[in-house]
Amino acid sequence: MDETRLVVDGVTMRFGGLTAVDGVSFTAEPGHITAIIGPNGAGKTTLFNCITGFYRATAGQILLGDTALHRLPGHRIALAGVGRTFQNIRLFGGMTCLENLLVAQHRRLMAASWFGIGAVLGLSRYPAAEREAVERARAWLIATDLLERADDAAGSLPYGAQRRLEIARAMCTGPRLLCLDEPAAGLNPRESATLSELVRAIRDGSAADADPCSVLLIEHDMGVVMGISDKIVVLDHGARIAMGTPAEIRADPHVIAAYLGEDEPA
Amino acid sequence: MKGTALRDAGIAAAVAACLFVPIVGLRTEPGQTGALALQPRFGLVALLVAAVFFGRLVIIGWHSRRRPAAGTKPRFVLPEVGRYAAPALLGFALLLPFFPFTGRYELDIGILVLTYVMLGWGLNIVVGLAGLLDLGYVAFYAVGAYTYALLAQTFGLSFWACLPLAGLTAGCWGVLLGFPVLRLRGDYLAIVTLGFGEIIRIVLLNWTSLTNGPNGIGGIPRPSFFGLPFSSGNEPGSFSHFFGVEPSSVQRVVFLYYLILALALLTNWVSIRLRRQPLGRAWEALREDEIAARALGINVRNTKLTAFALGATFGGLAGAFFATRAAFISPESFTFNESAIILAIVVLGGLGSQLGIAISALVMIGGFELFRDFGEWRMLIFGGAMVLIMVLKPRGLVGDRTPTIALGARKTIDAGLISQGQG
Repeated sequence: MDETRLVVDGVTMRFGGLTAVDGVSFTAEPGHITAIIGPNGAGKTTLFNCITGFYRATAGQILLGDTALHRLPGHRIALAGVGRTFQNIRLFGGMTCLENLLVAQHRRLMAASWFGIGAVLGLSRYPAAEREAVERARAWLIATDLLERADDAAGSLPYGAQRRLEIARAMCTGPRLLCLDEPAAGLNPRESATLSELVRAIRDGSAADADPCSVLLIEHDMGVVMGISDKIVVLDHGARIAMGTPAEIRADPHVIAAYLGEDEPA
Repeated sequence: MKGTALRDAGIAAAVAACLFVPIVGLRTEPGQTGALALQPRFGLVALLVAAVFFGRLVIIGWHSRRRPAAGTKPRFVLPEVGRYAAPALLGFALLLPFFPFTGRYELDIGILVLTYVMLGWGLNIVVGLAGLLDLGYVAFYAVGAYTYALLAQTFGLSFWACLPLAGLTAGCWGVLLGFPVLRLRGDYLAIVTLGFGEIIRIVLLNWTSLTNGPNGIGGIPRPSFFGLPFSSGNEPGSFSHFFGVEPSSVQRVVFLYYLILALALLTNWVSIRLRRQPLGRAWEALREDEIAARALGINVRNTKLTAFALGATFGGLAGAFFATRAAFISPESFTFNESAIILAIVVLGGLGSQLGIAISALVMIGGFELFRDFGEWRMLIFGGAMVLIMVLKPRGLVGDRTPTIALGARKTIDAGLISQGQG
């Protein structure tokens, strides 16, 4: 089994009497962009939170390669190779862009600094590791077109730049699967197009010399979704109602009824 | 512009009049028959209202001058001054015992101020960097002090052997407190830490067989100069005999002064180094956004515990110093008031700012001593100064943040962008 295939198998999430996600199954193939779409309240973000460890699924299993994500505590999921962004941007606003990207490389730097002790005393291979981390951060700042803002506080960036920085930060953890929660929300058409390019480059491994990375995407902007997705999963009321290529989804009568809407006769 | 200013000042004056007429304007005096007689003082009221009116005008004028129309934020000069203030303060601290005006009293104040500087810097790790509001910091100060006192009295261990042990014990208590409060945030965290501080004090008060309860522990051994005791007799093996100088009580005070200076600088050095390390950045990331930090693979539990442990360790070291300096400790010294003062130092100095905390400790502790002659007016001056700082610099004296690393030139980050932490 390829180690970056994400298998979501019968995942159910209940909050008390409310079933937010009801037995959803799909696979996200390695090297693909898989999109999850659906009307508001369909359970997309809940499913996302199950995959990224913020919720513990009531039933079902989630596997990334051989790793059972649904059994890992929150922070271990990132270490297992799942990077994520948030629907409402969650940057470290009082820290610079560069610092944000270095925090993302915490684990690697921490190991190199002998968990802080060696680095305080000025020993260890920490300086070399930090230089390497800064270079990686610089590469991602270039890839997201933020290099000249590197030393500005993340909170002072314009909205679109914050979205890009959050993606760069998630990528700095060195993920095998990148989960993007509505990355195009609030972007203008030109920014959306740039974002599509960036996500494609991340998938193909052509951005910042990183390894190719599968992408899981929640998005309402159909232009972006249909343009870049290799596969689309449609949720409605917590259940999967369709799955397939963009062309198949566009033609699916269930999806049209539930979400895309019919072209009204003029 | 002028019209609105006048109207604003008029409203302020009207509010002042409403307040002052009953409070100041009407005064009751005992008359000849012993019954209270009303004595109006409207002249005074008019004076006060006029003062409010013109004071308000001055404030409005000052604000409009400070805020140019272009919407640029007014720059405060402290960061630029800060570049020279820190070395200047350090130089002053190092040379203090050698100034001609420095006597026993000045050295004692210096020791007191430096103790609070160290406590402020220690608490800063928890509150300023990790964003965890700790209202019971004095508990670790107490643990350190009692650890030293008890170890020295029971086992006869020397100060230098006890110092790291006191730090270690306090650090362990920091972890112990940390565990139950890991999931708490904001107000809840503050209340539990407050309770923890009180629990420690009450245990010290009531565990008479160990701590001698409210009577405290006396006769705590004084520190030696690396094995050479300070004594008034010039016997062989004492500090004065070894160096061939006249025995004097000032020698010990100078030594204590440099001891606490070294301990404070150690706290500062570790904080500054750690801030530039992954651990320090993880603390700040937790303060900014705990959920995002977790999504990046940061172990929130361990990172919080290290902050608690390290802050507590420095509190414990300061406590051991306190015990050896005072030679007597009792639970009286570790009340909530102390926690509040230390927290006030950190908040007024600016969360996360080493320089700001040092200045605010100097002002709060040193300044408080300076105004001793004012008697009861001292509290008024003190309170007024605190209100003034909070009005003019709501994020503390040095609220800005210097980035830990930069590709180009470091730009200070405006205080408004920095999160204060919720938990």
